Amino acid sequence: MSTVISIEGLSKAYRLGAIGGATLREDVGRWLARIRGKPDPLLKIGEEHKVRLEGELFWALRDVSFDVREGEVLGIIGRNGAGKSTLLKILSKVTGPTEGQIKLRGRVASLLEVGTGFHPELTGRENIFLNGAILGMTKSQIRARFDEIVAFSGVEEFIDTPVKRYSSGMHVRLGFAVAAHLDPDILVVDEVLAVGDAAFQKKCVSKMEDVSSHGRTVLIVSHNMGTITSLCSRAVVLDGGQLVANGAASQVVVQYMSLGASTASVVDFTQGGRVVGDDLATLRRAWMENLQGERIRETDIRQPFLVKMEYELHVETPDSPFPNFHFMDERGECVFAVASKAYVAADDTPDRGNLPGVYVAECRVPGNLFNDGCYYIGLALTFTYKGVHLSFFERDALSIAVRDPVSDTLDGDRCGYAGAFPGPLRPRMDWRIRRIG
Amino acid sequence: MTVQRLTSVEPQWTAVIEPRTGFLDLRLRELWQCRDLILLFVWRDFVAVYKQTILGPAWHVIQPLLTTLTFTLIFGRVAQLSTDAAPSFLFYMAGTVIWSYFSTTLNKTATTFVANAALFGKVYFHRLAVPVSVALSNLISFAIQFALFLGFLAVYWARGKPVSPNAWMALTPVLLLLLALLSLGFGVVISSLTTRYRDLVQLLQFGVQLWMYATPIVYPLSMVPARFRWIALANPLTPIVEAFRHAFLGSGDISLLHLAYSAAFTAVLLLVAAWLFNRVEQTFMDTV
Repeated sequence: MSTVISIEGLSKAYRLGAIGGATLREDVGRWLARIRGKPDPLLKIGEEHKVRLEGELFWALRDVSFDVREGEVLGIIGRNGAGKSTLLKILSKVTGPTEGQIKLRGRVASLLEVGTGFHPELTGRENIFLNGAILGMTKSQIRARFDEIVAFSGVEEFIDTPVKRYSSGMHVRLGFAVAAHLDPDILVVDEVLAVGDAAFQKKCVSKMEDVSSHGRTVLIVSHNMGTITSLCSRAVVLDGGQLVANGAASQVVVQYMSLGASTASVVDFTQGGRVVGDDLATLRRAWMENLQGERIRETDIRQPFLVKMEYELHVETPDSPFPNFHFMDERGECVFAVASKAYVAADDTPDRGNLPGVYVAECRVPGNLFNDGCYYIGLALTFTYKGVHLSFFERDALSIAVRDPVSDTLDGDRCGYAGAFPGPLRPRMDWRIRRIG
Repeated sequence: MTVQRLTSVEPQWTAVIEPRTGFLDLRLRELWQCRDLILLFVWRDFVAVYKQTILGPAWHVIQPLLTTLTFTLIFGRVAQLSTDAAPSFLFYMAGTVIWSYFSTTLNKTATTFVANAALFGKVYFHRLAVPVSVALSNLISFAIQFALFLGFLAVYWARGKPVSPNAWMALTPVLLLLLALLSLGFGVVISSLTTRYRDLVQLLQFGVQLWMYATPIVYPLSMVPARFRWIALANPLTPIVEAFRHAFLGSGDISLLHLAYSAAFTAVLLLVAAWLFNRVEQTFMDTV
């Protein structure tokens, strides 16, 4: 089978900072200063001009290369911020790459959203034409498939009603119906399967299988590993903008699930390199321990563990900051965040915590809280004495794999059920089940 | 043998996505391919605005009529400005019809990128489809207003009022094309710049209003003192408005030289617009 998409050395950089501060006044001021030979009035003291212009680049994608063959269903997986959406946007031509190129063969239809460009005042019928044209169909193509689209959407009765009267479910169904009849050679889909009711989802999945069985190529971005393994033949994993895995879908999914455990169990910023923090405080290091004081990166689902973060206050502040931990699941969704100001001195008496020095914040995470899986921990320090000020927020700094030894828990917590429990948490609750009749 | 294998292995790419390097590449063929979309946009803009309104498309007539009446009252009766001997109502109506096309098209195309960010962020089609459709849909309301103007003109003419429509009327399509391209050019320049400088939107709103007074809409060019006439003539809209009024009312003067200047100005403006558009098109989604 021949290659229909060839991605070579694709990179995408976003400029940070400069985007927010771009008003005409600032740029004119900078330009005036330059022609008068004076330093840039907007630079911070000691900052180099070049730094402002060329520094602060954020690489959402870095040197990504892979090929997609004809008729293949490729899954793209990765956590939030891994670069999936950026890759999809470049493929859809919504934004351009900074470096590298993508070569394509055939017509591409991308579905980053369903019902794009629906006008609320227009009827379903009118919007089918509008939406179809936006997605690249000609009027005659839409007319030819109109009846099929309406039948697929299941909103026949309301086809002459303005879409502003539609329920959100009908809205999505109509949108997907149009998109499903695009007949592209390459279909790019972003998580649209996450919307709609179960019956409609099933319809969407079978439509996608149908598309791929006709020798067309499909690219799917999804957080749902079930979708990936059942639909895709191959998958790639993006992490931090780079391609970290590429292979058979089932294999890659397993690899991805354990990706979390491979990141460090200790982060240390005291050995030089990057400084995390600001003038008030900096992060020194962070790690996890079990109750025996051993450093860990994996824990039994029933065991409590400690998350520790060492930071340094550089100045005396009117009020103490509070350290906070953010727990994220594999998809990058925050499960919860915790904060505390329980400062204690060396003799365990209360302390104010606002004097310069090195502090260790320790948070005990109880056993029987998380579900089986991998979790990321973000580290932050917040001051509130003068508005909310974040000295640092190191997202996904640590990761812990929570393991459920099914053989041990099968009779107790699992009630004899060996399958997967849904959700990021699986706390142990107090239960009473009484027979009342 | 080797050559054959090469050709069979190397597929024929139909599209390449890469950092844009083209300087003035507007891909007009691609724009032509989405003509159905442009027409649907035109239709949407025309239809959707008047759903759930009482008067509907009658607004196309009411707006210029009220503006013309206001101008006739204030500038004609109260301020008693000269209208070059043309009936004041027709004089102001001619100006209003021209100006409202220019200003509505400019105002709407100037916000193309910012106003359509949600749409542009989700799907790709030739970005110029939106401003082009705006220029076209405003042509419909121009046609309605122009027909109204012709109606009034016929009434005045039949009654023997001092109006003298002449052969220059044949130039109307050219004037209209210049007007459309000028508003499109300015609109694209401003919308390209607003992806970076949001303040331009504020500037535009009263800028267009002030511009009207810098254009001989409520006064004839002949009223401008000779010393300042070059300023009025530097405005590319002046020759268009003057030529339009001369063709239909016989007032003022027509100068092919001045019209040629407008045309040259338009050409340069379109080049600048194309260049700016090319620069922001691929990456504006990152800054909007």
